[in-house]
Amino acid sequence: MSGPSPLVLLVEDDPQMRRFLRATLTARGFRLIEAETVSAAEIAATSQAPDLVLLDLGLPDGDGVDLARWLREWTQVPILVISARGREADKVHALDAGADDYVTKPFGVDELLARMRVALRHAERAAGDPGEPVVAIGALRMDFACREVTVEGRSLRLTPIEWKLLALLARNAGKVLTHRQILREVWGPGGGHQTHTVRVHMASLRKKLETDPSQPRWLLTEPGVGYRLREADDI
Amino acid sequence: MSGRPDPDALLERLQAEETRAKRARLKVWLGFAPGVGKTFAMLQNARDLQEAGTDVAVGWVDTHGRYDTAALLLGLDIVPRRRITHRSVELEELDLDVALARKPAVLLVDELAHNNAPGGRHPKRWQDVFELLDAGIEVHTTLNVQHVESLNDVVAQITGVRVRETVPDAVLDRADEIVVVDLPPEELLQRLSEGKVYLGANAERAAQGFFRRGNLLALRELALRRAAERVDADVDAYRREHQIEATWSTAERILVCVGASPASARVIRAGRRIAAGLRAPWTAVWVERSSAAPLSAADQARLDTNLRLAESLGATAVRLVGARPSHVLLDYARRHNVTRIVIGKPTHAPWRDLLRGSLLDEVVRGSGEIEVHVTSGDEVREAVEASPRVVPAPWIAWLAAAALVGVTTAIASAGRAILELPDIAMLYLLAIMAVALRYGRGPSTLASALSVAAYDFFFIPPFYTFSVDDLRHLLTFAMMFLVGLVVSTLVLRIRRQERGAIAREARTASLYALSRDLGRARDESEAAFALARHVADVFACESAVLLPGSDGQLAVKEQAGEAQLVAQDWGVARWAFEHEEAAGVGTDTLPGSRVHCAPLRSGPRVLGVLVLVAPVEAGWTLADRDHLDAFARQGALAIERAQLVEESKVAALRAQTEEMRSSLLSAVSHDLRTPLGSITGAASALRDAATVADPERRAELIDTLCEESERLEKLVANLLEMTRLESGTVEIRREWVPLEELVGAALVRLERTLGGRSIRTELDEEMPFVALDPVLAEQLLVNLLENAAKHTPPGSPIEVHARVRDAHLEIEVLDRGPGIPIGAESRIFEKFYRAAPTYIPGAGLGLAICRAIAQVHGGSITAENRAGGGACFRATLPLAGEPPVPELESSE
Repeated sequence: MSGPSPLVLLVEDDPQMRRFLRATLTARGFRLIEAETVSAAEIAATSQAPDLVLLDLGLPDGDGVDLARWLREWTQVPILVISARGREADKVHALDAGADDYVTKPFGVDELLARMRVALRHAERAAGDPGEPVVAIGALRMDFACREVTVEGRSLRLTPIEWKLLALLARNAGKVLTHRQILREVWGPGGGHQTHTVRVHMASLRKKLETDPSQPRWLLTEPGVGYRLREADDI
Repeated sequence: MSGRPDPDALLERLQAEETRAKRARLKVWLGFAPGVGKTFAMLQNARDLQEAGTDVAVGWVDTHGRYDTAALLLGLDIVPRRRITHRSVELEELDLDVALARKPAVLLVDELAHNNAPGGRHPKRWQDVFELLDAGIEVHTTLNVQHVESLNDVVAQITGVRVRETVPDAVLDRADEIVVVDLPPEELLQRLSEGKVYLGANAERAAQGFFRRGNLLALRELALRRAAERVDADVDAYRREHQIEATWSTAERILVCVGASPASARVIRAGRRIAAGLRAPWTAVWVERSSAAPLSAADQARLDTNLRLAESLGATAVRLVGARPSHVLLDYARRHNVTRIVIGKPTHAPWRDLLRGSLLDEVVRGSGEIEVHVTSGDEVREAVEASPRVVPAPWIAWLAAAALVGVTTAIASAGRAILELPDIAMLYLLAIMAVALRYGRGPSTLASALSVAAYDFFFIPPFYTFSVDDLRHLLTFAMMFLVGLVVSTLVLRIRRQERGAIAREARTASLYALSRDLGRARDESEAAFALARHVADVFACESAVLLPGSDGQLAVKEQAGEAQLVAQDWGVARWAFEHEEAAGVGTDTLPGSRVHCAPLRSGPRVLGVLVLVAPVEAGWTLADRDHLDAFARQGALAIERAQLVEESKVAALRAQTEEMRSSLLSAVSHDLRTPLGSITGAASALRDAATVADPERRAELIDTLCEESERLEKLVANLLEMTRLESGTVEIRREWVPLEELVGAALVRLERTLGGRSIRTELDEEMPFVALDPVLAEQLLVNLLENAAKHTPPGSPIEVHARVRDAHLEIEVLDRGPGIPIGAESRIFEKFYRAAPTYIPGAGLGLAICRAIAQVHGGSITAENRAGGGACFRATLPLAGEPPVPELESSE
């Protein structure tokens, strides 16, 4: 990471939580703006242009999900939700609203920092070039220019949809994509498809990619939420 | 008597006082004739009460156009009367419902003996009054002595006028206060002649008939005596209440023989007078000769009327059956310590006693120490055998009798050469017997006559004439007649007994069938339905069982048939329920309605009402009512039993829930406090400068903090999950997911926990898609795997098997650990149950959550030890339907 250290907007109403995050993040060199309410967060987001938003969902004057949606209308700033709401439906709701990732309270500092790094990297990539022509995650190699996928040097024959699916996941490696997001990106917004369609193609892709589909190395499932391609650092 | 009060007597006294306190007062102004001033006295009393501030209302008062009486009504609150048009005559009656709704402290209801116009709730006014009393309204009323039931006969004898409107003695006994309104007969006659009693022509007629001086004197004596009797009874009660030694010998008990003839009513009234005079309990008995034919409908109705009369006069009505009525009667009398038997004088011809023996005679002879009173009336047996119903034989029977004699004659003629005269007579006898057996008395008499004629004409010399040479043939003729008569009589008797036995057996059988079905009933509804169905079958009507709902209102629980209860039926049912008495057709209450409602009584409780819609009215006999009573009692018992079972189930469930809650609370508080204690301890130690300075100790404390927090977090998550699953609000969202995806997700999530172990997965290739809630199913797998990892040595292998078998998904998690303790295979799935040694952390919730997840999927989970060591956990989840076919890709 070059340039000034990233500016983080922390939207959180619990003072204890803020204290803990302030201590941790400033120690790691992040610059921090704090907001306790949705309205304060809106002002901070427009006036300060943060590099990352840490967003709690239950806020005194509104819901964090609405704030995420509002932010998405005008900025691509990565949004990392930190919430005590642990149900899958809540995660899907927040992710579909535009959040990049979701961390459930209680969480460890390491986990949070790792997720923040992933989010920042994605943002950087999205802002700059369309992405490297070749992505390698362990033994998996994707060449976007030649539309070629190899596992341990062995070339795979993918259908167009499988290619689109894998490419989408690879571009967002490390990030959970909900069923709906995948459907929208791969099949287009007009499709009346069901999550079942995603599962079927995911299963066939996994068969081609993984040696043991029941102990996957790359294509991970977040039950009830969606799918995630394992990151290069994670292997 | 000793100073200590007899506990039974004390109890009785307390109960009597209690009922008196609970029930409203009844005050009766008793007079000996119309015009003595009862209504006047009652109204004057009412005015006094009103002035004293009592809420008095007039329900029904007839001033008979007397001015001075009408004047007293001024200023009193008069309840509007009900107008009824009956046979184009407009009548006015007491409006019971309005009076009940008005609910004054005291209500005046004149002329207690009045018969209500048809269409009212009760046929008699005294029944209205009783309902008012039950509702807590004090009633003031008037009554003339000739209307008292037990005095009815006496009054009729004195005055020659039979009064139709009567009041049972029990009503007068119920009165809390009786005011005798007395007037010297001379003065009454004077008032009559002045036109103060009846107006115009009525006065004339009255003076000539009822209002004769002799009549009035006798009636006055009756009234005063009745009042005195009442005073005696009060004195008696007072003595008993205050432990004063009784001056009379106690324990008299009267038994009155009742039959089906109208004259029996007189015997009943006589019995009541004797019983009242002796202050003795009395019983009205009807003895049925077991060999007798069933009574005709008319006799049955009269018998019912008589027994009901006895009951209304305070008797207990009893039906006895036996071969010899006198024996049955005396046996019953001895067993019940009866001291006097009251029996009617025989009215039949003396020769019948010679034939059959006299009941009166047998009773008198066998009575021993029991006194027998013989009064004018009829004999009990008379009623029993009063109407041997001879059913007229059909014409075919007569024809057959003649034909059979013809055939016999033909045979005899053909065999004339070899047959002797006595043989021929025997042949004829055979024919007569056959006819008697088959066709009864009439045709057998015809056969006898024809046989005698044919025998004489064809076989007795001189032949082909009816003249007889030898007189000894006359004996043969007589024998033929006699045999026909005896055989047919015997057959008739056997038939009767058979019919009676069949009827009794049918009743027993139907009761047995009911009790069998009731025994099988598992809940209230089934018991109610069994009752309704059997009643409908046996009484050939539609039937319903009404039970009060949670709001206390009667509602149809079960019914047999399609009948809809209309508003009027509901009224009858509610009345029966509230007053705990049968109502509707066949009873004295609302007899005009189309339903019969019997309360379902079990002990002191009335559980509901049995409704019979349009039961067959003609055959509605006392025996049927007894039968219905038996049905209702049995049904009530079964329903009560079912209710009790349900109640105890609910109670048991509540106790169990309570127990679970308390065990949960204690477990949770322990498991929450332990990690919290460590965290608090470690955190506070870290504040200590000395501890912080030591890097090793600091690292140790920080580890404790992290580990214990994690443990706490896990526990809270599990508790929340468990609560969510148990609250019943979890909706499973089945989705078609590939089996491998589920297993894969669980294994990835536990990567860290399972690190370094060999994990082997064996998945069914045939059906990779299963319809499950993916989140819950993954949780189930994660918990099973975590459990395996926790309880087995690090590095030992774990296997995951999943296959589809018989539309069920079987997921197995197998390990090679120490296995499950013997006997704990199912307990390990219970909440907070921990089989593992205590050094392994955990709250005993993981497997409980597994089971809950399996259960919300409609499946189950089991655990067993594997051959070769280790444990096997198997979740079996039902699968349904075919996975949807996804759209195939158009091109490669």
